[in-house]
Amino acid sequence: MRVALFVTCLVDLMRPRIGFAAIELLEAAGCEVVVPEKQTCCGQPAYNSGDRASAAMLAKKTIAEFEPFDYLVAPSGSCADQIRTEYPGLLADDPEWHGRAVALASRVHELTDFLVSVAKIEKIPGAFEGSVTYHDSCAGLRSLGIKDQPRALLARMPGVELKEMTGADECCGFGGTFAVKFGDISTAIAAKKCDNVVATGADAVVAGDLGCLLNIEGKLRRMGDEKTKVLHIAEILAGDA
Amino acid sequence: MEIRSMRFKANASAKLADAGLQRNLRKAKGKFVDTRAVAIKEIDDFEGTRRAARDLRDRVLKDLDLWLERFETQATARGATVLWARDGAEICRHVVDIARRHGVKKATKSKSMLSEEAGLNQALAAAGVEPVETDLGEYILQINDNEPPSHIIAPVMHKNVEQVADLFAKTHHKPRKTDIPQLTREAREVLRSHFLTADMGISGGNFLVAETGSVALVTNEGNGRMVTTLPKVHVVITGIEKVIPTLEDLSLLMRLLPRSATGQSISNYFSVLTGVKQPDESDGPEHLYFVLVDNGRADVVGSEYHEMLRCIRCGACMNHCPVYQSIGGHAYGWVYPGPMGSILTPLYAGIENAVDLPNAATLCGQCSAVCPVLIPLPELMRKLREEQVERKLRPLAERLALKAWAWVANRPALYALGTWFAVRYLKWLAGGGDRIRVLAAAPEWTAGRDFPAPQGKTFRELYRQRQP
Repeated sequence: MRVALFVTCLVDLMRPRIGFAAIELLEAAGCEVVVPEKQTCCGQPAYNSGDRASAAMLAKKTIAEFEPFDYLVAPSGSCADQIRTEYPGLLADDPEWHGRAVALASRVHELTDFLVSVAKIEKIPGAFEGSVTYHDSCAGLRSLGIKDQPRALLARMPGVELKEMTGADECCGFGGTFAVKFGDISTAIAAKKCDNVVATGADAVVAGDLGCLLNIEGKLRRMGDEKTKVLHIAEILAGDA
Repeated sequence: MEIRSMRFKANASAKLADAGLQRNLRKAKGKFVDTRAVAIKEIDDFEGTRRAARDLRDRVLKDLDLWLERFETQATARGATVLWARDGAEICRHVVDIARRHGVKKATKSKSMLSEEAGLNQALAAAGVEPVETDLGEYILQINDNEPPSHIIAPVMHKNVEQVADLFAKTHHKPRKTDIPQLTREAREVLRSHFLTADMGISGGNFLVAETGSVALVTNEGNGRMVTTLPKVHVVITGIEKVIPTLEDLSLLMRLLPRSATGQSISNYFSVLTGVKQPDESDGPEHLYFVLVDNGRADVVGSEYHEMLRCIRCGACMNHCPVYQSIGGHAYGWVYPGPMGSILTPLYAGIENAVDLPNAATLCGQCSAVCPVLIPLPELMRKLREEQVERKLRPLAERLALKAWAWVANRPALYALGTWFAVRYLKWLAGGGDRIRVLAAAPEWTAGRDFPAPQGKTFRELYRQRQP
């Protein structure tokens, strides 16, 4: 099957290695991976800021680039949710584009969900020695139902010990533009998340969304925690951590 | 009530800096979350029950006028008088008129958020009627110079026992005590004389039952019964959206309300009050008035925000909200805090008077995940954001920045160039390290957090380099 990787704008800019780890995992699961080169952003920042016209423009661009492939896979529950859940409603007024959005939607997956539910990956390529705690990102968890998939994959790595934190399913305070519009509230929420992370004593905090990870890493370091690693699930599964 | 929602951001910052409040919030956090999680397991099919409750509320709201007429007919047939109030000022006029008609000097009150919307206590006092709040939380706020509530069901969520002890000692002129049973006993002693001497009782209403013309009251302190049965006049003030067709429907919603609110299977007191005192009845008011309030609700019927009117005021959304948990209820600046308040305040008090509220959410979705009537709260906040953009209520710089960014993101070559520069600039700011301490482009981020440095090149550059 031909899988088109939606890299996400944050991974493109901040952590390309997550994109390469995702390619490695998809290939390990037997997929042919294509990276459409004109992709940019799914448009979620505009959508959540109330700029519906800009969001619709970028939605059409993304649909056109990804609809030729069997699947769209993103190393982000947030972006996958935007494309899968929100695009059809966003383009509801335009029958042609609405139809194309719906046709794409059912083929859109977050990375761990795709590896477990669709590609049914057999061998996890990476190795990691140590304890990890998993933060559930909001859109992935509550909209796409991503909870067991990353944990199932981690459980298949012999060196990994999962230590669940209190409130793993609570928001980290990122919220996209919320993090820069209401910085002090966002930081206060992040601080609670980081306290819960540190309380587990885990060697690494792992999540499926880079937005959350940048927020958590930024707060951990400002709090003086230099030792907790902050990793994307793809990095740990692919062994690039 | 005066709207202070335009000062949300500054108020929220002050609440974050208030160490005492933060201690109280930390202590309160999770209490109702944990009890709710246990209580909803008692229901065999919680999801099915929620869907049934949603469908019921939608059915009523679709024909709201008809159900209200039926309620009016039934309530009137049982001796009550139904009055309609377009806004807060009309609520005050009605209640003051009723007080004058019956020569009322003192009115005891059970909890009513509508009376907060109207600022009723001030209007009563100005008309020479002494209002006495009898819900313990509301009473504490009243003796603290009419402080507004910070939560819809736990109005003094933001206070601790020491603060209440100080207030009681100052107001009651009795020795200061911090033992909670002793404090509640003292409140009971003070309030009892008010219950016995009040000429009028004012309550809210959790639901109005159309088939019987009844009001249902859900309380935990018993004050609701004193207020609604002892005085000769009882005035119910509630929103027009609170009507439901039948007692059977009431039982459905009552399976969800206390469990979602406090995690109780049933509240300590649950009253269904119907009509005036009959000759063969031992108690109840001789005169019963319903003041049914619009105050913005009618405009929401049939609008793109109509799902908000399903709300049964349980408070689960705020109990589970990471923003509410961090700043408490006062920062929201009007009657209703948390996610439901971030939608109700702009709808009822004007979208231009509460511009921050729908934006002050991470859209984490926890509120809609726990809502007993499945209100898509994040979706409604997002729609309000769209309306703000359409009506140019967002800052020009923000609107232009979004447009410019989207324009670039729609042009891959330009976007690639832009990110090529951006990533190098960020890397330079990090100065070879793994973090940026001060990011001028995002000062709100780096005031309390570091900004992790980028890897160094964009994915698209590295991917292209890898291609043979």
